Amino acid sequence: MSLLRVDGLRKSHAGQAVLHGVDLTVPSGSVVALLGASGCGKTTLLRLIAGFEAADAGRIVMGDFAGDEHVLEAPGIHVPVERRKIGYVPQEGTLFPHLTVEDNVGFGLRRSERRGGRVTEALQLTGLTGLERRYPHQLSGGQQQRTALARALAPGPGLILLDEPFNALDMALRQAVCADVVALLRAAGSTAILVTHDPQEAFASADLVAVMRHGTVAQCADPATLYRRPVDADVARLTGATLFLDGVLCDDRVETVLGMVPVEPGGVRSGAAQILLRPEQIQLAGEGDGVAVRVVSSAFRGDHTLVTVQAGSVEFSVRLPGLEQPGQILHLRVRGRAVAFPG
Amino acid sequence: MRWSAKRALFDPSALNHPKAFGGGRYGVPPLWLVLLSLIPFGLVALPVGYVGMRTYAAGSSGILRDLVRPYTLNLLVNTLTLSVSVTVCAGIIATAAAWCTERCDLPGRRWWRLATALPLAVPAYVSSYAWSSLGPQFQEMGGAILILTFYSVPLIYLPVSAALRSLDPNFEDVARSLGLGRWRSFGRVVLPQIAPALSGSALLVSAHMLAEFGALSFLRVETFTTAIYDQYANEFNNDAAALLSGVLMLICLPVAFIEAALRGRRRFARISRGSARKPTPIALGRLMPPVVLGFVALAILGFGVPLVTLCFWVWEGTSTGQGIGRVVPALLTSLGYALPGAVLTTLLAVPLVIATTHFRGRLVTLSDRLPYLVHGLPGIVVALAAVSVAIRYAPLFYQTTGLVMLVYAVLFLPLAQSAVRASAELVPRELGEVARSLGKSPFKAFLLATLPNLAPGIGAALALVALQLMRELTATLLLAPAGVVTLATEFWSYTSDRAYGAAAPFAAALVLISGVPVYIFTIRTLRVADEP
Repeated sequence: MSLLRVDGLRKSHAGQAVLHGVDLTVPSGSVVALLGASGCGKTTLLRLIAGFEAADAGRIVMGDFAGDEHVLEAPGIHVPVERRKIGYVPQEGTLFPHLTVEDNVGFGLRRSERRGGRVTEALQLTGLTGLERRYPHQLSGGQQQRTALARALAPGPGLILLDEPFNALDMALRQAVCADVVALLRAAGSTAILVTHDPQEAFASADLVAVMRHGTVAQCADPATLYRRPVDADVARLTGATLFLDGVLCDDRVETVLGMVPVEPGGVRSGAAQILLRPEQIQLAGEGDGVAVRVVSSAFRGDHTLVTVQAGSVEFSVRLPGLEQPGQILHLRVRGRAVAFPG
Repeated sequence: MRWSAKRALFDPSALNHPKAFGGGRYGVPPLWLVLLSLIPFGLVALPVGYVGMRTYAAGSSGILRDLVRPYTLNLLVNTLTLSVSVTVCAGIIATAAAWCTERCDLPGRRWWRLATALPLAVPAYVSSYAWSSLGPQFQEMGGAILILTFYSVPLIYLPVSAALRSLDPNFEDVARSLGLGRWRSFGRVVLPQIAPALSGSALLVSAHMLAEFGALSFLRVETFTTAIYDQYANEFNNDAAALLSGVLMLICLPVAFIEAALRGRRRFARISRGSARKPTPIALGRLMPPVVLGFVALAILGFGVPLVTLCFWVWEGTSTGQGIGRVVPALLTSLGYALPGAVLTTLLAVPLVIATTHFRGRLVTLSDRLPYLVHGLPGIVVALAAVSVAIRYAPLFYQTTGLVMLVYAVLFLPLAQSAVRASAELVPRELGEVARSLGKSPFKAFLLATLPNLAPGIGAALALVALQLMRELTATLLLAPAGVVTLATEFWSYTSDRAYGAAAPFAAALVLISGVPVYIFTIRTLRVADEP
């Protein structure tokens, strides 16, 4: 069942429309990632769900396990932040610097609850036992992030919002902390919305990824579907590396410089089209198999080499395992299906 | 127990972090630096030693005779009533005003910020003069509390606004998402984090009130400072003056000590890197009219009334032939005192700051802190001690410009120190070391490598101290050689005769001189120009 439903949400800042009618459904117990470039409105959407700002139009409804619905936001209705029971983990954690870890985690609890072991429970869950008396500046970046999560989890919110919580961490730490936090959310059985601009982070952590663009949700799907079958070229670029070729469609196949490639069902069926391939779909083939191309230049990247090749009059780059010399002739073939967009 | 936990947050070793002080600090300072930073010791010893000596000489019978009487109790009650009331009222008004201008959708916020900060330009004795010329009803305790509260609001408003502005609004968002209402999240999250700024500036206001002399004298409120002056100037009773100074010192020193201790602590800062989101202004809604009305009242009471009254008296004075031309000689004398005073004060401050920012040692740390303590001593006590010591031990020095300069240095050293320190913390110690490795002596290394990089701080110190000295009243009044007339002393002598019109041009000159730096300072601190 769905826990949170957002319908036709609109919001302007200083006369500039930031959200134009956002629809989103968050199933209970799932982690949903909001993916998008900066300025696409993902943080605004999060702040509206949290209740920090009031929407101009649209509805936000929260359901519970019994099937009751609570309208949080609708024309004329704006439930104040403090009564929404929605946890919030901002960028950089924002721990209260004047309070210890323990007092930070217990911040949202009533006095009686604080004594009742809720704090200890949250600290145990997040692996912070032993750090109770530390102050935020005495913690590592990962520990700060886990404390912020424990603080949001402690009052038992129905939903947790995470606003690019790993931005402040360096790359090496980032993946580890992200995996850590998602594992904690799942262990706690929480429903969460995670804002990120990193597709890999979104794929690694979420059950559903909603791609936002120009203030609307362009596509919301599970990571594999989103990556394999994006609804348009923009979504394709936002979700990973792309290779676009021109082609002519003929039923479920398309004629390209790399030969005939099968196309994913649905969408355009005939005529000129733009063809999307993911770099890993292009592989080296034996002589006589696949299409011959000439190497123009190559750049060594460690685990792969970015090779620019020429096929007919078209130049494009592919990722190949070995070192290739300019002028060399290679044979390439396409594995799997391509996606066709109207040319 | 809880206190010790809090102490950990203020771990002084955090200050030794390389980022805090350019290159960290170790090693013993060179001899010339130690000797120079010992000078403040001598300066500080002067007032404290004098008062101590006089108290000892008076003996227990003298103390009993002069101090243990209803008169002293009355002074004590008045001094404390004034200081506590002004601090509490100004603290509440300033915090509320800062909250409204920083976090609410108040229209024309930049103008209200400026209007709230502007009373800084009017010296307390000038605004008391303006108010008291309106009628005798202001010449009592109630009036003094009112006038000095509005005078003190900007002293708390500016640091608290700056603290609020640098506070990440996410703190409030998090608190509210955890179920706290607007008021409770202010109390539990915002207030603790602006507490250092608030308590530091409130202590500063208390110290100012304990030391205030000119304004209280106009308003005929008897406190320790006015009583000390009275004993010295009218009763010619130096022993009683010294004893009263001793009592006042005992009240001031704890305040100054706590203030100095707070200063050394680190402010609360954002934990992680990254830029803070701009806060969404809170809609005032139905509260808008009363809030705007409050700001209008604040502007009228803090700045409007003194300014309009002053303009009236300038006009009145000019029309009765007491023209503005008389101001020029006094202005020149004021400059003649303020500029050398500022140079001397800054010269003494530079080695002191370098010794503590670039080197380590108990002695230098102590001599760095001492002037802040003296800053808490009322100007009248320091001036009186200087006069008495000069008369007794160095009669040739009495009534000389040199003595005035020395007292100026004692009173304003901390101001110069903090201005120079801001620059010194940005100059890495390695600069001097590189110069040494290139064959320069320690002194030359300082002169050629370190000093040029202190220029911005030294410039700021000179300007700040000079401006403060221009409006200094108490010490100049007591110490200036006979016949010397500055803006402040001339203003004082006219107002003592209630010659409001004759005093007005001098007051106007003082306000104009203070107005420019206050305007620039406010624009800088709050970056008022950048936003609505």
